[in-house]
Amino acid sequence: MSDTILELTDVSLAFKGIKAINGLSFAVRRGEICALIGPNGAGKSSLLNILNGVYRAESGTVVFEGEHFHRMEPMKAARRGIGRSFQNNALFSGMSVLDNVIVGLSRHAKATLVEEALRLPRASTQEAAFRERAREVLHLFDLDLHAGTVVGTLPYGVQKKVELARAIVAKPTLLLLDEPLAGMNAREKEEIAAIIGRLNRDLKLTIVLIEHDIGIVLRLADHVVVLDYGRKLADGPPETIRSNPDVIAAYIGSDRAERAA
Amino acid sequence: MDHVGLRSDVPPSSIVVAPRAFGVAAVTALVLTVPFLTTEYWVNAIIVPFLILSLAGLGLNLLTGYAGQLSLGSGAFMMVGAYATFALQLRVPALPLPFAFILAGLVAGVVGLFFGLPSRRIKGFYLIVSTLAAQFFFEWLFLKFPWFYNGNSSATIALARGLSVFGLNAENPPGRYWLTLGTVAILTLLSWNLIRSQTGRNWMAVRDMDAAAAVIGVPTRSAKLQAFFVSSFILGIAGALWAFAYLGSASVQSFGLSRSYQILFIIIIGGLGTICGAFLGAAFVSLLPLALDWSFQHLFAGQVDEGLRQNIQKAIFGVLIIGFLIKEPEGLARLLALPNLRRSSRRTLFPSVRR
Repeated sequence: MSDTILELTDVSLAFKGIKAINGLSFAVRRGEICALIGPNGAGKSSLLNILNGVYRAESGTVVFEGEHFHRMEPMKAARRGIGRSFQNNALFSGMSVLDNVIVGLSRHAKATLVEEALRLPRASTQEAAFRERAREVLHLFDLDLHAGTVVGTLPYGVQKKVELARAIVAKPTLLLLDEPLAGMNAREKEEIAAIIGRLNRDLKLTIVLIEHDIGIVLRLADHVVVLDYGRKLADGPPETIRSNPDVIAAYIGSDRAERAA
Repeated sequence: MDHVGLRSDVPPSSIVVAPRAFGVAAVTALVLTVPFLTTEYWVNAIIVPFLILSLAGLGLNLLTGYAGQLSLGSGAFMMVGAYATFALQLRVPALPLPFAFILAGLVAGVVGLFFGLPSRRIKGFYLIVSTLAAQFFFEWLFLKFPWFYNGNSSATIALARGLSVFGLNAENPPGRYWLTLGTVAILTLLSWNLIRSQTGRNWMAVRDMDAAAAVIGVPTRSAKLQAFFVSSFILGIAGALWAFAYLGSASVQSFGLSRSYQILFIIIIGGLGTICGAFLGAAFVSLLPLALDWSFQHLFAGQVDEGLRQNIQKAIFGVLIIGFLIKEPEGLARLLALPNLRRSSRRTLFPSVRR
């Protein structure tokens, strides 16, 4: 196992001629929290979409766990161990919390349709194992009481936790989080940030996240990559980002920078 | 579905077991003796078709209500099941009827899977076109080639040896009823197992948000094709029952486009994405015309022209359906649910169409 889990070299992506990402290179070390920051339209979400196969880079290489991305698709990325949460909660609104989380285990499913229809031993064993694993993860997020609730009826902050639970239930090696703190009040933000820290520390999860709350980002991340107009502006530990004049000028602004410091 | 809040109210199981077992036994006995409790007319003309329509509704509900894929090809898949059963009974006489049903279901399943292939690329109303193509293609196919109806002069199909299940004659009202009831019960149980396992969860994930489902690791394409296969399998067996346990002899007209619409109405009225919705919807569709008939005969006996009466009934039926859908777009299953079970959030009728 090498120290670098993910390496991007000279990656570019364009939508109808407009460069969303332009010659981007950076590496993520195993076990770190890497934060992508930058103004809206900087290409952060597009980058996450490349990392889990929703988009394909036009040029450049992406290497995950020593393997190149070749004709990557969302499902293949999931099978390789890349988990993901979305900017706007993308939960299955008609299903219960428990079922939402169990869906995250799909890539581990072995029982066939016929086995499931007839409730043959392998299907029952799988079902029991999935339920147990899902309940374990719900417990981790303190969601035990919500297990049977239809997810669409829950408040936004709780839904966010369900989404995180669903993203990690299949034990990914890399977790991509797209604005996990968006739309939350200060107390909820602290709670989710603490959970993200715990996932990183206790489960040894490598996390790449996009977040606008600079204060929390600089506290949480081991490594920050700053993007602007699809290019990399800065890359390094939070301390160096805080004092980088380019970053202050382009994104944070002197006012916010002082507060963050 | 687990309703955590209700669980504490349930008394210890030892006290409940006896009355519950008794209740189940009583209901089972009642259901089994239906043919002796009602008239032959009710069994033949109302209960048997109601059960078969429920089964067809269940088949379509797995595809549309659970996996979110719209289809207007239910009639075609029923037709395939009926004609396949006919061909098997005619050309492989040694094969017992239940096995012919299963094989015919598999044939219909493969056909459904084939017409479901476009679902890998398109969704919603565009997918309807593909299933509609199945409808028109099979109406043409089964009329065009006499091989399919064995050259019969009226182009109809009927089982030469009648209905017989492992030597037992089912060619009488109780026999037809038990054959239908047994088939419906088994397929309902299997469907219930499926929707409560990973397959069913994958279907619902595809229905609720297929882009997210793929990212989470759900094999969305094969989940859709599985839904087409299972749905058509059930519809195929429902078609075989419709032709031979209800009608006796059938033709392509028995499975026309209006049949596809009828089955779609059943699940919309009954409730998309619920097992009992198919049964409620089928009951509504079978019983409402009877109720209208009865009330007209008692209210306006002899005063209204017969032809006019039938047209008025159709109009009332349509108006009731529209009014009902405006009031409860999620169907009878939700309307009849106990208030404390009605916690699910509002769903759009066809989530896959929204985007």
